[in-house]
Amino acid sequence: MLQEKLYEYLLHLGDNSMILGQRLGELCGHGPELETDIALTNISLDLFGQVRNYFQAAAQIKGGDATEDTIAMLRYEHEYKNVYLVEQPNDDFAHVIVRQFFFDVYHQLLLNELIKSKNETLVAIAKKSIKEVDYHVDFSSTWVKRLGDGTEVSHEKMQTAVNTLWRYSMELFNATEVEQWAAESGVGPDLDALKPFYISRVEEVLHEATLTLPEETVFQYGAKTGRHSENMGYILVDFQYMQRAYPNMKW
Amino acid sequence: MENKTLSLDEQFQKRIDNGENIEAKDWMPEKYRKTHIRQISQHAHSEVVGMLPEGNWISRAPSLRRKVALLAKVQDEAGHGLYLYSAAETLGITRDQLMEQLNSGRAKYSSIFNYPTVSWADMGAVGWLVDGAAIINQVMLTKTSYGPYARAMVRICKEESFHQRQGYEIMLSLCNGTEAQKAMAQDALNRWWWPSMMMFGPRDEDSPNTEQSMKWKIKKKTNDELRQQFVDQTVPQAEILGLTIPDKDLKWNDERGHYDFGILDWEEFWNVVKGNGLMNEKRLKDRNAAWDEGAWVREAAYTYASKQAEKRAKKTA
Ligand SMILES: [Fe+2]
Ligand SMILES: [Fe+2]
Ligand SMILES: [Fe+2]
Repeated sequence: MLQEKLYEYLLHLGDNSMILGQRLGELCGHGPELETDIALTNISLDLFGQVRNYFQAAAQIKGGDATEDTIAMLRYEHEYKNVYLVEQPNDDFAHVIVRQFFFDVYHQLLLNELIKSKNETLVAIAKKSIKEVDYHVDFSSTWVKRLGDGTEVSHEKMQTAVNTLWRYSMELFNATEVEQWAAESGVGPDLDALKPFYISRVEEVLHEATLTLPEETVFQYGAKTGRHSENMGYILVDFQYMQRAYPNMKW
Repeated sequence: MENKTLSLDEQFQKRIDNGENIEAKDWMPEKYRKTHIRQISQHAHSEVVGMLPEGNWISRAPSLRRKVALLAKVQDEAGHGLYLYSAAETLGITRDQLMEQLNSGRAKYSSIFNYPTVSWADMGAVGWLVDGAAIINQVMLTKTSYGPYARAMVRICKEESFHQRQGYEIMLSLCNGTEAQKAMAQDALNRWWWPSMMMFGPRDEDSPNTEQSMKWKIKKKTNDELRQQFVDQTVPQAEILGLTIPDKDLKWNDERGHYDFGILDWEEFWNVVKGNGLMNEKRLKDRNAAWDEGAWVREAAYTYASKQAEKRAKKTA
């Protein structure tokens, strides 16, 4: 019973990193300069590394024929627990950076709590990941400032991306049943308690970047419980392609 | 006692013959500079365009482990591009100028990347054969005469040999797998074999620059010698995989101590060089799109940096 909850919680943790990593992987070779290609690929690599840790742990719980890959690639769409934010497309570099920034700040807060988890596996994964995510926050914050306070064109593109993506931010803090269980049992953090820190950190960077949060926002919730956006199916078409077309093979 | 004064050109060649490295600030013949800008930038462009056919499979990699390895590989290639552009820049050209040459289609890059990657097995075949051929071409460049180029190549060659092993390992997994996987591997070999053979360039009788290149240590062996080395090295590897190299004339020649092989389709070779391969247009289109869509980003980063510098200057004033 406990193990079942933990399994579900691992999916929450892994799916966000995985879908964001997948989005970043689409960009490789298409970025504005080699340096950003290298950095974003690096972030994608970090995220997939974390996913492998989470899903190896999940596979152990599940037992049988489960592997990190069956867990990653052989679920139906509604069984993925990632938030809307990470499924958003790479519309332009501003969207890529803002999406990254909104996620990174959350991710850093989350991992800083997970290192205090009662679950040792999560502590180990979080300790390893936190160094990586500190760098992600650094990278995305710097770019938010550069582009927000760069040229008029870049400022406008960034403000548009902020306005578009902010509505997906609060879902990160809207705990599902499993996340509530995690908070109550000391496995994961109380997400609600992290929200004020999140907002103030985001605002701080945006302020420096001469950007603002939209005044009125209707927030979107639902992806975490399996109701995804239209983006998700297409992400999975690529992501699952080989496993679906050539089932039960070793690669 | 030799008291004849050597010309600058002769002194320069003597340094190279003595195994000295030429450095960016050293005097060099204009032809040496131009040849090196061309060669190093072509090589850089190849790394960067080469990211596209492999990047094409990142989203569809069959397992997390393979996805991570592929991401890391394509990232390495971006790094190779960076080292090489930096080496070219030491010769007095900017990265923007080099990118413009690539995007306008005036600069060349390795034709191999104008072939499509249509199956997962292509990630194996490209690593095994394309990185494999690249290493054979490039190992000699670690001892080339131009210092910045030679040093970049030392680093690059180490990573390329890792890529080659990784590619071979993908092929090995496929060949130890199901019938469908083995067929996928054979099909990839069928498509990549001849293009890989073409990576060594035209036949010796059609490569007029070989002699000059040898004097400057850009080359140590001729195209045909390198091609032979590739065949001799690759045939036993294909045998271990249990795959058939698509060349009916391929046969061990006891007398020569080498494999004999069939004639390359030189018409195809020149067609792809001239821009008529299946993917030439798409590769350039993608590079142009990345560069053009990224213009506002580069400009903003530049503007931001100058603003920050101004602020710092005001503070200290
Ligand atoms: Fe290379
Ligand atoms: Fe390379
Ligand atoms: Fe390579």
